[in-house]
Amino acid sequence: MRIAVLVKEVPDSYGARRLNLTTGLAEREASDRVLDEITSRAVEAAVSHAESAEGVEVVLVTMGPESAESMLRKTLAMGADSAHHVLDPGLLGADMTLSAEVLAAVLQRIGCDLVISGDVSSDGTGGVIPTMIAERIGAAHATSLDSLTITDSSVTGNRETYGGTVTVEAQLPAVVSVTERLPDARFPGFKGIMAAKKKPLETYTLADLGIDPAADVPRSILLSVTEAPARTAGEKIHDEGDAGKRLAEYLIDKKLV
Amino acid sequence: MAQQKILTYLPVLPSGELMGSAAELLGAAAQLGSPVGVIVTTPGMAEAAAESAGELGAATVRVAEHEAVGTTLTEPTVDVFTTAWEDLRPEAVLVPNDIDGRDLAARLSVRTHSAIAADVVGVHRDEEGIVAHHSVYGSTFTTESATTHGTLIITLREGAVDYRGQPVTPEIHRVELGELPPQAASITEFSASVEASTRPDLRGAPTVVAGGRGLGSAEGFALAEQLADALGAGLGASRAAVDAGYAPHSLQVGQTGVTVAPDLYIALGISGAVQHLAGMQTAKTVVAINKDPEAPIFDIADLGIVGDVFEVVPQLIETLKAQRP
Ligand SMILES: Cc1cc2nc3c(=O)[nH]c(=O)nc-3n(C[C@H](O)[C@H](O)[C@H](O)COP(=O)(O)OP(=O)(O)OC[C@H]3O[C@@H](n4cnc5c(N)ncnc54)[C@H](O)[C@@H]3O)c2cc1C
Repeated sequence: MRIAVLVKEVPDSYGARRLNLTTGLAEREASDRVLDEITSRAVEAAVSHAESAEGVEVVLVTMGPESAESMLRKTLAMGADSAHHVLDPGLLGADMTLSAEVLAAVLQRIGCDLVISGDVSSDGTGGVIPTMIAERIGAAHATSLDSLTITDSSVTGNRETYGGTVTVEAQLPAVVSVTERLPDARFPGFKGIMAAKKKPLETYTLADLGIDPAADVPRSILLSVTEAPARTAGEKIHDEGDAGKRLAEYLIDKKLV
Repeated sequence: MAQQKILTYLPVLPSGELMGSAAELLGAAAQLGSPVGVIVTTPGMAEAAAESAGELGAATVRVAEHEAVGTTLTEPTVDVFTTAWEDLRPEAVLVPNDIDGRDLAARLSVRTHSAIAADVVGVHRDEEGIVAHHSVYGSTFTTESATTHGTLIITLREGAVDYRGQPVTPEIHRVELGELPPQAASITEFSASVEASTRPDLRGAPTVVAGGRGLGSAEGFALAEQLADALGAGLGASRAAVDAGYAPHSLQVGQTGVTVAPDLYIALGISGAVQHLAGMQTAKTVVAINKDPEAPIFDIADLGIVGDVFEVVPQLIETLKAQRP
């Protein structure tokens, strides 16, 4: 069985993330680029399944700028077998329609039984790409899973729904996405890091995949970008045994209670 | 020009009531055109929901009831929306930005070749069409987007839109389900959540009290609950508090949880990590109680109290009780 994990390089949310006020694109210089934490949990789920089952291959798939290559090497060190990188200037500022088209095309090219991704990326916050891919490749989707069980022919997991929790089951091929309820990623050991250097990493252009980013299909376009005014610190008091009373006065005074 | 149709997904709870998000979805739809509500349920569940959709401004409601809704994931709803899209060619489709809403938006966008605007916090219309508003990087930037042409599919962030539609008596159209794709995931089990809480929903509450790891234990977290109840507030938590098991994940505020913008946000024993601020920094007034004077939460607090929550909060509750017998 081949499992493809969608991984994404994002601006580190621990730092100051910025948008360019003219282009609306992420300012690359503003922050470090890291593997999105939620996709590292997806990798962990795939790799730990590969360790517990026979004949499971894990491939990483991403689209992104050149810098994504070092992210892929680091992630390979967690135990994945190979990596596939769609790298093309035509992808700068790609909307979700184009992103899903590209990822579906590369997944079909590689061939896989199961796709695992994070539920929502920390930069785009869309949460629609996995199911868009499922629709494109004609597979079932089971997204935002809080638990995940993989067998040779199916996937099962729980997810939140209106007024409760459902258990969902999909036959392979399927696309699943996981939430941060799944275990945190492992730290790659020295052996993993050394092995990752020699693992296959393939790159693709849009032309390789037969995709025209300028095709006349409906696209989401950015109209404007504004920076919100930063919040400033107000008054700070040290409790001298009466802070609870002072807070009550503050809230009453401001008509907040 | 006749008003443009805005297809709106109205999820229904197991009790037969509409989800709380229906009011803001229909509100946003009314800002853009003529709202057409869509309700897809198991048999016998849609009638009352369709009536309440009218009270929230849905002039027309499309209703489909089918057993498959309880056993097949997403596809029954996608099927009803695809047919409605073909019949009405709506200018926009509005769905809640929740798990089921996103899956619907995703499949529908590919099936109808429509662009998506995801995690939208507001909408308006200009000369050229519909404009979606987004709040990016934890509310530090706002952007506006549109589609080049065709229908715009919008996933609307819960709690973001205040506008409300006018009550009408809805015209109800019953529709049939088509054939569903055989590969769809199946729903094998449903367990209702035990919603014992009578507290206001975190997303829309004017006041939110949130507890962090500083509360030390599940028992300690009860302090946040007591203050929330004393103030009639919604209850929230940091990710560290959720990870430690003090509170369920549904209460998590922040980048990977809920985003709130209440009038008053009180943070108890929360350090103020960027990812937490991402979910609450547009609150009108922020009060923070933390025993570390250097905690970053103080950088954005209108009133910061350096102190022990277990001393300050009980005194606060006592004082408020004394004021309001
Ligand atoms: C990708 C990603 C996504 C994330 N998403 C979220 C998210 O959605 N929401 C979120 O909250 N976090 C999120 N985080 C985690 C975030 O980085 C922090 O780890 C988390 O917010 C810390 O929670 P905390 O403030 O409760 O705990 P801590 O940082 O441990 O802070 C506890 C605070 O309590 C204070 N304290 C202790 N005892 C007392 C006392 N008796 N009285 C008063 N104060 C006391 C301490 O001084 C300390 O400041 C995310 C992280 C990543 C990497």
